[in-house]
Amino acid sequence: MQDFIDNLIRSWGHDPAAWPWTQFLYLAFMGAAAFIVVNFAAISAGIFSWAERRVAARMQSRVGPNRVGPFGFLQWVADAVKLLLKEDLVPAEADAVLFRAAPYFMMVGFACVFVCLPFSHKLIVADLNIGIFYILAVTALIVVGIIMSGWSSNSKWSLFGAIRSAAQIISYEIPAGMALMIPVLLAGTLSTQGIIRAQGGWPWQWFIFDNPAAFAAFFIYFISALAEGNRTPFDLPEAESELVSGYNTEYSGMRFSYFFLVEWGNMWVMSAIATTMFLGGWQLPGLSPARFDALTGGVAVIAEIASLALFAFKTLFFVFVVMWLRWTLPRIRVDQMMNMCWKYLVPASFAGALFVAAWMLLVHEAPWLGQAMRFALTAIAAVTVAAFALRTLKNLRDTGDKFDFTSNW
Amino acid sequence: MSKPLEIPTMDMTHKEVMRRIEYTGDMLLNMGPQHPSTHGVINFLVQTDGEVMKRAIPEVGYLHRSIEKIGERCTYNGFMPYTDRVDYIAAMFANQGWAMAVERLGGFQVPKYAEYCRVIACELNRIASHLISVGTMAMDVGAVTPFPYALREREFINDLLEELCGARLTYNYLRIGGVAFDLPTGYEDKVAHFLDHFEKILDEFNRLITYNEIFIKRLANLAPIPAEMAIDYCLVGPNLRASGLSFDVRKQLPYSVYPELHFEVPVGKGEVGAKGDAWDRFWCRVEEMRQCCRILRQCLAQIPKDKEIMGKVPRKIKVPEGVEAYSRIESARGDMQYYVVGGAGENAHRVKIRTGSFTAMGIIDELSRGLMIADLVALIASLDVVAPEIDR
Repeated sequence: MQDFIDNLIRSWGHDPAAWPWTQFLYLAFMGAAAFIVVNFAAISAGIFSWAERRVAARMQSRVGPNRVGPFGFLQWVADAVKLLLKEDLVPAEADAVLFRAAPYFMMVGFACVFVCLPFSHKLIVADLNIGIFYILAVTALIVVGIIMSGWSSNSKWSLFGAIRSAAQIISYEIPAGMALMIPVLLAGTLSTQGIIRAQGGWPWQWFIFDNPAAFAAFFIYFISALAEGNRTPFDLPEAESELVSGYNTEYSGMRFSYFFLVEWGNMWVMSAIATTMFLGGWQLPGLSPARFDALTGGVAVIAEIASLALFAFKTLFFVFVVMWLRWTLPRIRVDQMMNMCWKYLVPASFAGALFVAAWMLLVHEAPWLGQAMRFALTAIAAVTVAAFALRTLKNLRDTGDKFDFTSNW
Repeated sequence: MSKPLEIPTMDMTHKEVMRRIEYTGDMLLNMGPQHPSTHGVINFLVQTDGEVMKRAIPEVGYLHRSIEKIGERCTYNGFMPYTDRVDYIAAMFANQGWAMAVERLGGFQVPKYAEYCRVIACELNRIASHLISVGTMAMDVGAVTPFPYALREREFINDLLEELCGARLTYNYLRIGGVAFDLPTGYEDKVAHFLDHFEKILDEFNRLITYNEIFIKRLANLAPIPAEMAIDYCLVGPNLRASGLSFDVRKQLPYSVYPELHFEVPVGKGEVGAKGDAWDRFWCRVEEMRQCCRILRQCLAQIPKDKEIMGKVPRKIKVPEGVEAYSRIESARGDMQYYVVGGAGENAHRVKIRTGSFTAMGIIDELSRGLMIADLVALIASLDVVAPEIDR
């Protein structure tokens, strides 16, 4: 973005380094970008809340919200207005300052991620050279908010949720971080745009199919991201049936909605990171990044929009998968959650990183091996997806026609 | 693990409780009645050391409504709607227990057709009750989707029972000496249609949750009840059968038309973990629903054509003072027993109801020691405790 502003100043006939208003212009643009990004986060979270309820309803053969607006689409606006108008209650025994501050920590930790989350070829707030490292670092702020809310509520259920959450998020950051180091190794950069540029548009050019360890790393990351985002089967911190509502039990009104804004917004974040790191990001098939950069005029705009759409499609698909998992799986127990992390995911992610380092040396000597592995893994994935689809069809056939709801019932 | 005596009990003063908690360093949690997974108005006192529980004390008597005393003040027929409230999830069984007790008291005969109507209603109700049980159990383990699946099927049963007796929850369908209403026209076809649909849904339900890997991991080896312990604690119904004991009142002490019907009694086999664990209790209920379908199909085929729904019962039931009667039926929650002593007037001198949830509550204290909080929730659900049935 800095280059863009510098060019703008130059086009006005000033030297960006000497012009006294440069810093103010930077600030103004940063403010505008922050406004756009935070609103994007909030609105996408709101829309996901509606989408999740519709998806859940469809999966549970219910109707779901369908009254406010077309297909109930405006339900999330109505809910947000309702929550804004609710009383902002602080329990009498609570630590009022911490209690009030906790949701903002969550919001800050969540909103900061969007700084270096790419959307398309050019659309990114700041392409930091430590992008993915920065994302991992600021996400940890969320756990501070959760612990603050749990502790300050002065409720035993909230405290349980907070402690579980602290254990869970901190544990799962290790496999998540290590799994993300594998694309970093492959790309040779921490910058999110750089990692996308190192991949390609076709599936066999994505990092997920680069080698078996990267393939495993994708799933390690996805599982860890579910755990970090408190999504089923790792929704222990807010396990409704066990802890009433976990760390947000005592909250009401808008402060309560911040927690859920973060949870739903996190679905975009975790999916966008997965898309960026493993699934080729915004890369269009058959259009290399160098040729993309060289495009000008209307074609460039179309390509930009196409890359934005492709990125959004991949991300939204994983958002859907996250919802799908939530409405399918039971919750695992707290000891099983820790076991899974420390006994399986952490060793596997470390081994994967070592394997990738060795693999890269090997491929450097024998490039055909890398190509063969890419095509083989892509083929395996395609066969798995086909087998899954066939199995689903068989299950549908076994259950037979659904019950007749209309005739005489 | 601390000695059991260290836990504060309900009759201690606040100061004493706090002293004990300070002394042991444990946390005292009041679980319920607002807790979402206590299945109604139940209260537990939970002594925990972090996630691991030392003990959970169920508070029996939290929802006492004096139903037995009401039974002593009502006429025999007038008590029938109250029995619905003994166990609102499976009200038909509570009806049947009372009807059978009074029939034995007065020596009334029930026509065969009415007995078949009773069994059809009861077995439909058993499916509905087990659906609630397995659905809520899955929900307590964190899987939300099986619950609406189960409730969707239960709605069909509710529709069927509504068509039969006009009520969806508290049926008041049985009468002393028969049933209140005849089966509506075309009812057999509707039930058969439902069963065709439901047996497929049971397979789907198994695919969705019963054999789900996480679900098995959560419930296998959780709070296994050995057969001796189940007998010691007087467990009944699916809870007992999950421990490997094939005791079903319908088989062992047959009543109504059950001797004419062929069905199996599913017992826990320890398929995924120890015998009698929470998963076995879940599985037993799922399999029992399958057997219910079998029974229902036989009932539909064998039901007589005479349409005689009431036996000869005087309008005012009076029995000699001091006669006793005892009835045992296999309710959805197990062996349900009614004990009635005839009184001087038109009402009973003494009514006592023995229910399955009451004994199931008793075993929670013993089983909960050393479990995790998440497991306590699954344990309560696996015992299928219904709050009003505990205390009546």
